[in-house]
Amino acid sequence: MGLLLAFIARLITGAQGHWKGCPPKAEQRIYFANHQSHLDWVLIWAALPRELRQRTRPIAARDYWTSSPFKQWLTTAVFNAVYVSRTRVDDQDPLEPLLQALANGDSLVIFPEGTRSNKEEPQPFKSGIFHLAEQFPAVQLIPAWIDNVQRVMPKGEVVPVPILCTVTFGEPLLLQPGEDKRSFLDRARMAVLAARPGRT
Amino acid sequence: MNINLHPLREWPVNSQVALLFVALFGLLLMASVAVAWYTMREGTAERRERHERMQRDLRAVWIGAVVFWLAWVSGPVGATLTFGLFSFLALREFITLVRTRRGDHRSLLLAFFAALPLQYLLVGLRAFDLFTVFVPVYVFLAIPVASALAGAPQRFLERNAKIQWGIMVCVYGLSHAPALLLLDLPRYAGRGAFLLFLLVMATAAAQIVQELASRKLRRRPVARQIDRSFSYRAFFLGVLAAAAVGALLFWITPVDPLRAAAMAALAGGCGNLGELVMRALKKDAGVRYWGNRSSVTGAVGLLDRVAPLCFAAPVFFHSVRWYFN
Repeated sequence: MGLLLAFIARLITGAQGHWKGCPPKAEQRIYFANHQSHLDWVLIWAALPRELRQRTRPIAARDYWTSSPFKQWLTTAVFNAVYVSRTRVDDQDPLEPLLQALANGDSLVIFPEGTRSNKEEPQPFKSGIFHLAEQFPAVQLIPAWIDNVQRVMPKGEVVPVPILCTVTFGEPLLLQPGEDKRSFLDRARMAVLAARPGRT
Repeated sequence: MNINLHPLREWPVNSQVALLFVALFGLLLMASVAVAWYTMREGTAERRERHERMQRDLRAVWIGAVVFWLAWVSGPVGATLTFGLFSFLALREFITLVRTRRGDHRSLLLAFFAALPLQYLLVGLRAFDLFTVFVPVYVFLAIPVASALAGAPQRFLERNAKIQWGIMVCVYGLSHAPALLLLDLPRYAGRGAFLLFLLVMATAAAQIVQELASRKLRRRPVARQIDRSFSYRAFFLGVLAAAAVGALLFWITPVDPLRAAAMAALAGGCGNLGELVMRALKKDAGVRYWGNRSSVTGAVGLLDRVAPLCFAAPVFFHSVRWYFN
């Protein structure tokens, strides 16, 4: 099923992965990217080599993605998603499931903007990625730029149009010792922008 | 008129076509060996680059030949599906580079998921009368209607022109290749592969000769802004080369040498002019090759390879049918 889905994604979008800053390696990593469409996750996932796909997990909002059997099946059986709840229940850390997945040795894909934007440049990043970087310094942080996907499926449409997209992976980002949250998040955002391919 | 003593004509059709493929792959093999031998010699950086380009082109020809063979071996269904897939990939590349807008979404869906499969379905069913008018009549009316219903008036004409052009070249033009394969002519049943072969050889010869001629002649370009090498003299030499190919290969066609030459010249000329038009389109879109490596999309450059064929195929197809009706 996963293979079929990856094949369809490649047929529609090409889903070419350009590894500019680092090679595709089976290491534990956190990929973080700009977020413009529901397809973003599928695109990154399809652009990864097959061996890496199995251990790379997306993050899904629990209330939305478990609301119907199909959504539940898609996120659990096909993508092996990490569920997070959007509403905070009595002082439980919302990042807890992510930390658990990282402790398991899984790789994650996160969209630090928190929500889809339809602007050219990404919005300011939310702080989750900073906490993950702080608690798991050994995990590589890989910025990625997803290009053209907003043309494949604009907001409000359900059927994708075949248009070629690329995912460009940039150089790994490291949390400097003593770096504060704001400057790290800005640096992470700049790293995603730096992965954007040059326009003619 | 069509008297000919060639003993091959007595063979069963399938063996004749098989012989064609043996000859084709044999030629390609020889070309590959020659290029490999040529590459082994030391050379300057400029020469190395030329070799690389040559090898890339040769690989494309190999892929083209294999596709051609697969299309023939797998019969009507396989031929239709193979060329349909190529149409899809070419149209995907075209649409990626012409920068459509948000309001085009529904029209694009119509183009990819209705117009394209229907056109190839018509080929597969050999419904050639409807096939030749389906895109120019029905699709060309349906696309602007879908666009208008989407309710975005900005640059309406320009946006529709882009989509219709993409369909015309990538779907309508290319779909004539399997149509030639499946064309059933009186006294010529099952020999469509020869016609497609002649078409490909004529366009290729015209293209190569024009390229070489414009490099050697160094004439003043007709349209410097679009193509810095295109000149009328080189163009006519290309057409002449296509005519020569047609005359030499007349025995695989249902017509006499003169007509075969005329048909091949027509196809070669259309292919070369088509390439010029595509170049103008590319200049407009701001890319040098469709498969520009540094482009945003990382497109593969399929369109560059099939564009001359897309222009030549409909004209060639029409000339063949016109001769028989």
